[in-house]
Amino acid sequence: MAINWFKYAAPATFYGLAGKMVPWFAVPAAILFVVGMYIGFFVAPADAVQSEAYRIIFIHVPASILSMFIYLIMAGYAAFGLIFNTRLSSMMATALAPTGALFAFISLWTGALWGKPMWGAWWVWDARLTSELILLFLYLGFIALQSSIDDSRRADRAGALLAIVGSVNVPIIYFSVKWWNTLHQGSTIKFTGTSMHIAMQQAMFVMLVACWLYVIAVTLVRVRSIILERERNAQWVSELNEVKL
Amino acid sequence: MKPRYQRLMFILGGVAIVAAAAGLVLFALKDNVSLYFTPTQVFNKEAPQGHSFRIGGLVEVGSVKREGDGLTVHFSITDTSKNMPVTYKGILPDLFKEGKGVVAQGKLRDDNVFYADEVLAKHDENYMPPEAKHALEEAAKAQSAVNAAPVVSPAK
Repeated sequence: MAINWFKYAAPATFYGLAGKMVPWFAVPAAILFVVGMYIGFFVAPADAVQSEAYRIIFIHVPASILSMFIYLIMAGYAAFGLIFNTRLSSMMATALAPTGALFAFISLWTGALWGKPMWGAWWVWDARLTSELILLFLYLGFIALQSSIDDSRRADRAGALLAIVGSVNVPIIYFSVKWWNTLHQGSTIKFTGTSMHIAMQQAMFVMLVACWLYVIAVTLVRVRSIILERERNAQWVSELNEVKL
Repeated sequence: MKPRYQRLMFILGGVAIVAAAAGLVLFALKDNVSLYFTPTQVFNKEAPQGHSFRIGGLVEVGSVKREGDGLTVHFSITDTSKNMPVTYKGILPDLFKEGKGVVAQGKLRDDNVFYADEVLAKHDENYMPPEAKHALEEAAKAQSAVNAAPVVSPAK
């Protein structure tokens, strides 16, 4: 049996599929947020050095990981759209950008809130913090560039180039704490293992999965509205039940 | 060659060039990207002379002395090979502790004392509950007792 892999690459068919998929990601995300917060605040023990203040990692770490991950996925979609001229992949890149920017902002903001009492400074121009700030600016630049070009196909191409070039920054963020002396601590979770209490790990992992599911759900919702906006003159859009009403 | 492969090659080539350029820039700026100098680097005169810079390392155990005014603190920063005496007047961050990471900004004066006007605590990547930390310390004590024992026993 030959499967038509490209069936759902067409915006018209993906629109319906995405609509059906949203609750399957949104509901688990909400449940896991509650579970993760519960483990994080009530099960995980206080830290020996930072006492309760360390609990910021349950949002700070997933937000930071996802801000980098989303950028790579966004750049991948944008590159795919540029190479194969697939409209849907470019729309996915556009839909991912605001969420990526949100997570980069959360990462910087929670880090500053933690940094003041722990380090003694809201902000330090060390390699980790600065490169994460550049990541936020890349997201904002991508959004601004795309919205400044009226023709959506040209906007896709211009944004794709920025996204692809900017992806060089992501490994710099990740390895910054290794390559240079930074105030930001090294990675707690490494490929070789982790230096963290088990309940703390569980809370962080659950929160990471919850954030992931949230990203997928919110991106699907956003890509649906982008599809509707760009295909508003197409026949199939005018035949949708929600449009007819 | 199909246009899409041309585009793919163009993008891969472009990313490789940008990555190489970024790599060269960062390599050239290697010393400037680092937030602080280690005491060894300061002793080797790699730190700027007569300018403000940051020095980082561990607070040497047993080196912290407070003056009567309750604000002025003397301590030394070590990277286990060299020590740098530091004087600071101000409020220290919560995580400032002997044996823990610290980054101080200030100037090195002629008396070879580093006069800091900002002291930041550097946290490590370990997270553990107080009981686990206590157990680790007990284990370290037991270990050092074992290591010390053979030195004592031959003196019969």
